[in-house]
Amino acid sequence: MNSIIQFASRLIRGQTADTDAVHKFHGGVHPDGQKQQSTSAPIKKLAIPERLVLPLRQHVGYIPKIKVQVGERVLKGQMLAEAEGTLSAAIHAPTSGTVAAIGEEIIPHPSGLPDMCITLTPDGLDEWTTLHPVDWRNTDKKTLVANLRSSGIVGLGGATFPTHIKVRADGRSGIHTLVINAAECEPYITCDDMLMRERADEIVKGMEIVKFLLGAENCIVGIEDNKPEATAAMAEACKALPGTSVKVVPTLYPSGDARRLIHLVLGMEIPHDKRSTDVGVQVFNVATVLAIYRYFAYGEPAVDRIVTITGSVNSPRNFEVLFGTPLQTLIDAADGTKPGTTHFIMGGPMMGFDLPTIDVPITKAANCIIAATPDLFAPPPPAMPCIRCARCADACPVNLQPQELYWFSKSDNFEKARDYNLFDCIECGCCTYVCPSNIPLVQYYRYAKSEIIAADKAKEAADLARERNEFRLARIEREKLERAQKHAERAAAGKADSAKTADAVKTDAVKTESATAESAKTEQAKTAPAKPATETPAATASADDAKKAAIAAAIERAKALKAAAQSAEPQKKPATADTAGSSQPAQAEPAHAAEQTEADQAKADQAKKDKQALIAAAIERAKAQKLAAAQAGIAPRNVEDASPAVKAEISEIDAIREKARQAAKAQDSDPEA
Amino acid sequence: MNRSPYITNAPTVSIIMLKVLLALIPGIFAYVWIYGGGILVTISLATITALVSEAALLKLRQRPIRPYLSDLSAVVTAWLLALALPPLAPWWLVVVGTFFAIVIAKQLYGGLGYNPFNPAMVGYAVLLISFPIIMTKWPAPLVLAQTKLGFMDQLQFIFGNALPANVKMDAVTSATPLDYLKTQLMLKHEVHGITQAPIFGTWGAKGGELVTAAYLLGGLYLLQQRIISWHLPTAFLGALAAMSLIFYTLNPAHFADPLFHLMSGASMLCAFFIITDPISGPTTPRGKLYFAAGVGILTYLIRVYGGYPDGVAFAVLLMNMCVSLIDAHTQPRVFGHTKN
Repeated sequence: MNSIIQFASRLIRGQTADTDAVHKFHGGVHPDGQKQQSTSAPIKKLAIPERLVLPLRQHVGYIPKIKVQVGERVLKGQMLAEAEGTLSAAIHAPTSGTVAAIGEEIIPHPSGLPDMCITLTPDGLDEWTTLHPVDWRNTDKKTLVANLRSSGIVGLGGATFPTHIKVRADGRSGIHTLVINAAECEPYITCDDMLMRERADEIVKGMEIVKFLLGAENCIVGIEDNKPEATAAMAEACKALPGTSVKVVPTLYPSGDARRLIHLVLGMEIPHDKRSTDVGVQVFNVATVLAIYRYFAYGEPAVDRIVTITGSVNSPRNFEVLFGTPLQTLIDAADGTKPGTTHFIMGGPMMGFDLPTIDVPITKAANCIIAATPDLFAPPPPAMPCIRCARCADACPVNLQPQELYWFSKSDNFEKARDYNLFDCIECGCCTYVCPSNIPLVQYYRYAKSEIIAADKAKEAADLARERNEFRLARIEREKLERAQKHAERAAAGKADSAKTADAVKTDAVKTESATAESAKTEQAKTAPAKPATETPAATASADDAKKAAIAAAIERAKALKAAAQSAEPQKKPATADTAGSSQPAQAEPAHAAEQTEADQAKADQAKKDKQALIAAAIERAKAQKLAAAQAGIAPRNVEDASPAVKAEISEIDAIREKARQAAKAQDSDPEA
Repeated sequence: MNRSPYITNAPTVSIIMLKVLLALIPGIFAYVWIYGGGILVTISLATITALVSEAALLKLRQRPIRPYLSDLSAVVTAWLLALALPPLAPWWLVVVGTFFAIVIAKQLYGGLGYNPFNPAMVGYAVLLISFPIIMTKWPAPLVLAQTKLGFMDQLQFIFGNALPANVKMDAVTSATPLDYLKTQLMLKHEVHGITQAPIFGTWGAKGGELVTAAYLLGGLYLLQQRIISWHLPTAFLGALAAMSLIFYTLNPAHFADPLFHLMSGASMLCAFFIITDPISGPTTPRGKLYFAAGVGILTYLIRVYGGYPDGVAFAVLLMNMCVSLIDAHTQPRVFGHTKN
């Protein structure tokens, strides 16, 4: 019965029984490949341009730290900027020359904003720095991964994820299968195709290294069936490496998406909340693998890549381009643009973006540059209403319901959009591609995603602010109590002073009586200095006790308040009653004044001085702390006398704040965001 | 700016609607063949009314008129309604029905894409409830009619409600097989005997079978063109056939056979042209199956037990109400997610 249901549901989903070696995913589209234009000529090495502009941000993650100065002569392959932090990649000099400038330049990013770049003036000698090839077979993995970290190699498929992170240093990766992404499913792009045709042997050698680094047993190369030459070359080269197979997958966009490719070649669906590595699969792009090979075999860091230049240019083809080469140089090498070219697209026509100007350099992410004309990529006609035809749902490779997501995004119903798995959207554009109403669906999802992320951030900040405010209220309360306490002590001391000169009329009986009365009056009065006038040091001690008790009470109140605030709106604290209670002992003082002696007076004086010194010291400490805090950029606080509970709370809040700051930083440095 | 994808490949809404209209043409031809040219007048009337009222409402709502009119959705509504009406419906009936479909059921809900109910079926239901006698007065197919009305006679009837001299109304009208079956069953006749009447053809209504077959042809064209998905017609016809098969097996004397139900009334029109309206239907594959099966079951129940000879319009409207519920509960499993 179950199998019947499964069969029926598979039928409904439009999937046939998985007898094939290749497992189809839902949806996908068949855009016209347009690949023949740039595959007629072999890869050509582009000459060194007159100027190289190297953006520091060429990868996902943190900006590397600059290691050179303006005017310094650098050699080809010399590290210009060092990877900082885990998620970062180094930048190397693509050729020998002089550092001409370090400053902001326009980078190839959809935002069109300038970013920090190192500008190099090549000297034309192309002189290599000393290279250090690595005998990877006889080196421990930790060293190899550390090496990789300084290689500057990032995922060259376009994602630009620093490669060393994909290989764990402990050698216990748990990866059993390495999938080589050679699907290259976007129209126009042929850099991987040409690379495989011409350098399959080097790619396979790179696969051997990566396989070794990961400890993977199997290796599968996934190639779309529109690249027969590349498939043949790879199949031939793969014979040299046991445990490797080439799997041809149908030409269907977006089969080059890692999760889709894994499903195609392995029949595995990576759970949405997991990474492929969690199920023992790691994906590397062909070009990345080749770069790794060249790094270990020759010591060459990442200084160039294959770039397809196509579209409305006179001689579309693939070039081996040094990073930092101006786009204009590449266009000139392709014999210039045809008339009518209006702008340039970086990446493919499905997921690429308009370059902000022609003055951008080629970076590690630049797999393809398409010269665009209005004929080639017509501006979309005005959008019509959605007719719920569900073509988008049929095309969605993630099996989402784009028409619902569109509806929710359009009406700012973001919670609902999230419920309908908006964040599983890979923004491949299949839905927009098939929409009869010309609705720019992907843009709606990008908008909804950014709105949700912003709202989440704002909520986090608000939570933080609320917690901070609660803490502040507790602190104010505590300080108020402390002030009242000090005031009470001072008053007590003052009374003791006056008592010396005053009459000793009051009898013991009266004193005891009133003392008893007072101590019975309130709970605070018990702990308060009811008798201290007779023995001042004791008074101080008990005053300290009272202070501690008061603080403890304040903490209790703060906690109760917090609890109350969580269930209802925070209310103003009835602080006055407590303060009044704690100041009561001050009025009780006259009772014990009677029995003062000279000695007592002296002691009291001494105590007063001590107290003043103590207060002065406390003020000093507070000032110093404030200063230190100001220097550290953290809000000032008075925590010296706080109980461990309060201190723990403070450090917790600090941790949250720090986390938020880190997150904001990471968000800032993430070019995708 | 990231405005990818830069390339698209989709038929426009106009092309989709045009293909639907194209797919209706064989049915219309058969209609003319069986009932005469009057239907062409009805269709024209409905089309003009639809376009005029749509334009007027777009103007009132301050929307651009040309792009919305050229999406042809109003024309599709008009044609479907016209084909659902009795062939010799008076002109005002056509105008009122179409006006209601376009203005109330479509534009007042926000126009194309926002109407929760199938506009043509709303128009039809309104007319059926308001003018039940006219709405059930179907002319006999020309092959059976005692008096054959020429095109000019039909025109005169449509616009002047006048028949040629010495022609009685009864001479040109006859009960539809579904209607006839129902009344005869109430008179305790058996199905087998009833279907011997001349208005019954091989499978369904005499002549009407041809129209039904032509709709099927158009529907197959739409399937081939991927304008509609297979889920809807299959589930609808399947449910209708299953229901009639069950009842037929239980008591053949009282319930007509499945083929009769498939080939009678608006079954094929409903299967390929009415429930396939994407706007008022569900969008998930499983939801489409449920929706269409629901229409099939309701259609059968209304035909057999309801107060109207055919149940398509009410079945569709009833199921339209369930669409958001169906969609919400038939969300397909997202890649990488386990079934909730």
